[in-house]
Amino acid sequence: MAPALSVVLVLVLYVLHQDFWFWRDVRPLVFGFLPIGLFYQAAYTLATSVVLWLLVRWHWPSHLEDRAHQ
Amino acid sequence: MIPAAVIFGYFAVVLYIGIFASRRAARRSDAEDYFLAGRSLGPAVFLLSLFGANMTAFSILGASGHAFANGIVTYGLMASSSALVIPVCLFFMGTKMWALGKRHGFMTPVQMFRDRWECGHIGTVIFVVQALLLIPYVVIAVIGGGTVLASVSGGLVPFWLGGAIVSMVVMSYVFFGGMRGTAWVNTFQTILFLSFGAIAVSAIATGMGGFSRAMDTLLASPSTAPLLSRERVSAAYFFSYTFIPLSSIAFPHIGIFCLTAKRLAHFRKTVVLYPICMLAIWLPSVFLGVVSNAATDVPTIQTKIEARATLAAEGSTLSPERRSQLRAAASGDDVILKLVEGYAPLWLASILGAAVMAAVMASDSQILALSTMFTEDVFVYYEGTRRFGEAVQVHTGRIFVIVLTCVAYLIALLAPQSIFDLATQYAFAGYSALVPLLVAALFWKGSTRWGALATTVWTAAAVAAVAVLQAVVPAPPAGAAAVSILSVGSVDIVTRAAVGTLVLGFLPVVPMTLVSALLMVVVSRLTASARPSHKTLSKYF
Repeated sequence: MAPALSVVLVLVLYVLHQDFWFWRDVRPLVFGFLPIGLFYQAAYTLATSVVLWLLVRWHWPSHLEDRAHQ
Repeated sequence: MIPAAVIFGYFAVVLYIGIFASRRAARRSDAEDYFLAGRSLGPAVFLLSLFGANMTAFSILGASGHAFANGIVTYGLMASSSALVIPVCLFFMGTKMWALGKRHGFMTPVQMFRDRWECGHIGTVIFVVQALLLIPYVVIAVIGGGTVLASVSGGLVPFWLGGAIVSMVVMSYVFFGGMRGTAWVNTFQTILFLSFGAIAVSAIATGMGGFSRAMDTLLASPSTAPLLSRERVSAAYFFSYTFIPLSSIAFPHIGIFCLTAKRLAHFRKTVVLYPICMLAIWLPSVFLGVVSNAATDVPTIQTKIEARATLAAEGSTLSPERRSQLRAAASGDDVILKLVEGYAPLWLASILGAAVMAAVMASDSQILALSTMFTEDVFVYYEGTRRFGEAVQVHTGRIFVIVLTCVAYLIALLAPQSIFDLATQYAFAGYSALVPLLVAALFWKGSTRWGALATTVWTAAAVAAVAVLQAVVPAPPAGAAAVSILSVGSVDIVTRAAVGTLVLGFLPVVPMTLVSALLMVVVSRLTASARPSHKTLSKYF
């Protein structure tokens, strides 16, 4: 994956945090008790973990380990 | 008294781990072993202790207290933005700091800055600003400790004594165990408060007869229904909070923690699992904080709700003293404990109290970081080790731990401010504004020591200005219009709102960080002749 695309992916994730589309909504209550705004942000947190996993997989700076031991 | 007894049992376990168990793993007794655990932490301890170092009283008590008053917005403000920003910073900056520390023997960020920009006294200025900004973070833990112990003992252990006991316990294992003891205790504490959420949610859901009913109660009242959405918060305010987690990587204790990993690969799991840990702690804390508003059958919570309602209805007509009293009565910092006491069986409430205490006591790494900074950036830099030897260097670090703990305790007694406000207004915003320092050191060849100085002085001045402003201009009552402090034409530039000082509607952290970055660029360009030598730059790029 090109580094530029990964940067875009992180930036998109940053923008998605500002979920103005659920700003004033309470319903639907997910599982009967979780307001949609809170559910969205919780799901967003999980999505963040997935993107970070991809980032680690594609762009891990393993050269730093070699440099550290030089 | 049973919950208090369980917490004292917890203290005993923590002291054992911090002082004795961790010592068995120690291989050397030099400064690197005391301050950095010999750069030998394994992947699990590294993840859990680094995460634990970031979680303070703020994460459980502050989060639930803030959610009690402000609703679900609390999670989006701090948790989900942190879940992205902190691991990304660890990925890009933490790994590079680790490699540089390992290769060149750095033990603190200031050591790296001094080397990177070939400066001496400017490094001392950075040290002073970093140290002053870190002290509020330590104070938070003392306040949290006092609050929790006073609450679980039903007032039998007063706030001042609770704070003193927590300070003594933390000071003891940091003093004897150093970084290894601190990391082991942090690991144990993180496991404890990671399990807190699920247990607390199920116990309280059972006690309340399910959360659906609580939601119906909240939705039915015009005063509590807005807590379930973000309608009371502006988009600019919400956006501002994404700048706060930048502070994490600039905090010296996190920077120093980055140097303790045995291998670079240990960062992998930390980066990926960090958001999951955030979710596991913050979602229950925030949700339970919101749900507390429906716990009208718990008298102590009802008193808080009534105080808040009085403040909202009559705030502008009340005297400042009465307003201050009502604010204290409405404070939700102990609301999660009251909820647990009200709905969970006693034995479970006791264990949950210990888990909350675990989060409160996560100030150990800040205390150790300040001690490391003092010995490495001041004592060693000004020839202390050369004159007195390495043994005295470690002793100096230990004495500093005692002095610092006592100072933080005294400040905690004199600063009866909400945990959340204290943290956000001073330490977090200041450290976010110091991030350009780290970015420039690691990624920009063209940065100079004068750019670093400009950034640091600006940060100190901006934090002081906000603190003075907040002290001079009292907060308007919640719900009242913001007080204009500086305006141009019809545009309010600086305002004092109930939530704090705002600049064009944004929290001060936004302009502070942006101006800080701008100063680094402009001043470095103007002082291009002060760029470090090629030899120094080749170490970094």
